Amino acid sequence: MDNLILINIIILVSIALIAAAVLYFVSQKFKVTENPLIAEVENCLPHANCGACGKAGCHDFARACVNTAAEDFKKLYCPVGGNAVMCQIAHLLGHPDIIKEETVAVLRCQGSCQNAPDKVEYSGIAFCRIANKISSGRSGCPNGCLRLGDCVRACPFGAISMNKETGLPVVDEDKCTSCGTCVAICPRGIYEIRPKGAQTGRVYVACNNKQKGGIARKNCKTACIACQKCAKICPDIKIENNLSYIPTTVPADKFGAELAANCPTKAIVYIGNKNKEEEVKHD
Amino acid sequence: MTKTFPMGGIHPDKHKIAGDIAISNPGLPEIVYIPTKQHIGAPAKIMVKQGDKVKVGTLLAAADGIVSAPIHSSVSGEVIKIEDVIGEFGYYEPMICIKVEGDEWEDSIDRSDAIVRTIPENTEEIIAKIRSAGIVGMGGAGYPTPIKTTIPEGKKVDCLILNGIECEPFLAADDRLMQEKGEQIIVGAKILNKLLGIQKAIIAIDENKPRAIEIMTKLTKTYVGVNVRVCESKYPQGGEKQLIAAITGREVPSGKLPVDVGCIVQNVGTVFAIYEAVMKNKPLFERVVTVSGDAIEKSANFMTRVGTPASFLIEQCGKISSDLGQIVFGGPMMGTSAVNPNAPITKLTSGILLLSSQMSDKKPETPCIRCGRCVDGCPMGLQPNAIARAVRSHNMDALLELHVLDCIECGSCAYICPARLPLLDCCKLGKIEVRQHQNKK
Repeated sequence: MDNLILINIIILVSIALIAAAVLYFVSQKFKVTENPLIAEVENCLPHANCGACGKAGCHDFARACVNTAAEDFKKLYCPVGGNAVMCQIAHLLGHPDIIKEETVAVLRCQGSCQNAPDKVEYSGIAFCRIANKISSGRSGCPNGCLRLGDCVRACPFGAISMNKETGLPVVDEDKCTSCGTCVAICPRGIYEIRPKGAQTGRVYVACNNKQKGGIARKNCKTACIACQKCAKICPDIKIENNLSYIPTTVPADKFGAELAANCPTKAIVYIGNKNKEEEVKHD
Repeated sequence: MTKTFPMGGIHPDKHKIAGDIAISNPGLPEIVYIPTKQHIGAPAKIMVKQGDKVKVGTLLAAADGIVSAPIHSSVSGEVIKIEDVIGEFGYYEPMICIKVEGDEWEDSIDRSDAIVRTIPENTEEIIAKIRSAGIVGMGGAGYPTPIKTTIPEGKKVDCLILNGIECEPFLAADDRLMQEKGEQIIVGAKILNKLLGIQKAIIAIDENKPRAIEIMTKLTKTYVGVNVRVCESKYPQGGEKQLIAAITGREVPSGKLPVDVGCIVQNVGTVFAIYEAVMKNKPLFERVVTVSGDAIEKSANFMTRVGTPASFLIEQCGKISSDLGQIVFGGPMMGTSAVNPNAPITKLTSGILLLSSQMSDKKPETPCIRCGRCVDGCPMGLQPNAIARAVRSHNMDALLELHVLDCIECGSCAYICPARLPLLDCCKLGKIEVRQHQNKK
């Protein structure tokens, strides 16, 4: 009986030893040597694997950081980690610091339940993508927010929530990493990544409607009617397809308040300097 | 014995109230709105300008490419504007607005009631006539007919099926057309026979249309090669693939067309339009529209000009019940509820239904109990419950494995689901997402 146990132990131990030897040999033979810097860089990254940088995940981004030349390194940016992470990586790799203005996703629509009241009922499945395919939506605006929350479900950082009162999604500025998932998922392309404007505040046209003014206003009180008023204040503003667009280069601290105050439909939103804790927002 | 397809299917209430009501003329509205896209493919190119005087049958927009169809004026009068007008789904579509003045037809159109029976010898001439008449599949898909009747090289067609099933509840447009224009349809079938180079045609009729069966059977006795087949009353018997399976026993493989199994299916409405185009030189500008539902006083079948606002037809059907829940364009199973009741009738609108809130209300969904009724009911042999799960979890590989693209969007799964899950919505969404995913690759 003792013998049997002994034989078993010997057989198992010898199998283990043979397997270990094979594994050791294979791991030496087919070893992939990787720059240890890549692992270090990866450790700095947020590990969200969201793909916002344009690479297939954080490891791929780290590899790209290490393998590119100094002048190309400037083109790489992890929007989720932001300046802090990029400076850390630049420090590790011996490149000069990268400082970009922080960005945030903005919803270019104010078609809330109050501004753009429901005209029809939608009883299908609560997904924006299918509602967009079936009809122009409850308010009738063919470019506005469908208020069904595809972006809320898609946001990997939980930065978007539904405001029950207005029915519109709200972006939490502190949680938003401007990864661009909402921009990609929104079937109507309402989201835009714009500079946060920590010092200057930010100003943008909160409307996406490309119809003629009269038609647009029938469905929504706060629709852009392309009246050209904003273009007179700031000549950089472009008006195409019956819709005004404020380029990100327009200084918000200089023009913001004036633009927002002069917009006849209040389609232009100016969010002032956050440090001063003032928010100029018209309703 | 009646024939049917082997897999799935449901038995919804028929509600064929309009089947006994003769086709009538609703008259002309003051203004018609004619969309430039009433078919699958490229929108037609507008050939008229503001202020132009047009007659009934005047070409308004020409086909732009092969997969496209021309659009003709349905009324006589003046083009008042060409602009984007709100359509049935609330989106703005380019439309030609014509103010109606009198009812003057183009001289080339033969307006007599006499049935012409001698078929032109030249097949190319026939195809040219069908193409210039702007005929599209009137069952709902809107695929340009000339493409469907031209058989690709290397393929052989031995079976022509005329689809007179009309399995959607409420609708009776095809039923009435067979009862009143039966002989024209049969001559149309003979025209198609000539085009396809075959001798036989089968008219498939649902067993719930006894009068149409009687009339068509009597008429087919004088025409050699045309036969009536009665099919079991089961939804979706009128689906192209289901009908082929019922009549010939052949199964159209996944991702293939009926032509690949030697069959061509044409809706009886389309065949009637082919007859009128070839024999009477009449372009497709009017069609039978059923107005019905349980929220309207009386039902009707109207021979309606394309571009007539739906509200114009609804007004003629008496009082609308205060309990109106939704207005549906098309049938109750596959149609979509309209956002705008003033939207114009197109070549593809087979019916306008006014449903009471009791019929249209969607009750809240409950969790799936895995009873498998949707799997039993699916005529394509899919698993709607699994598709719905894959759609909600955004799993593209699973959707492809579940063959979501084979879904014919008949709505049997959503109809039969005891948990009231939005299975049809999920399947439609799955199809959209899989196509987007494939395009990205």
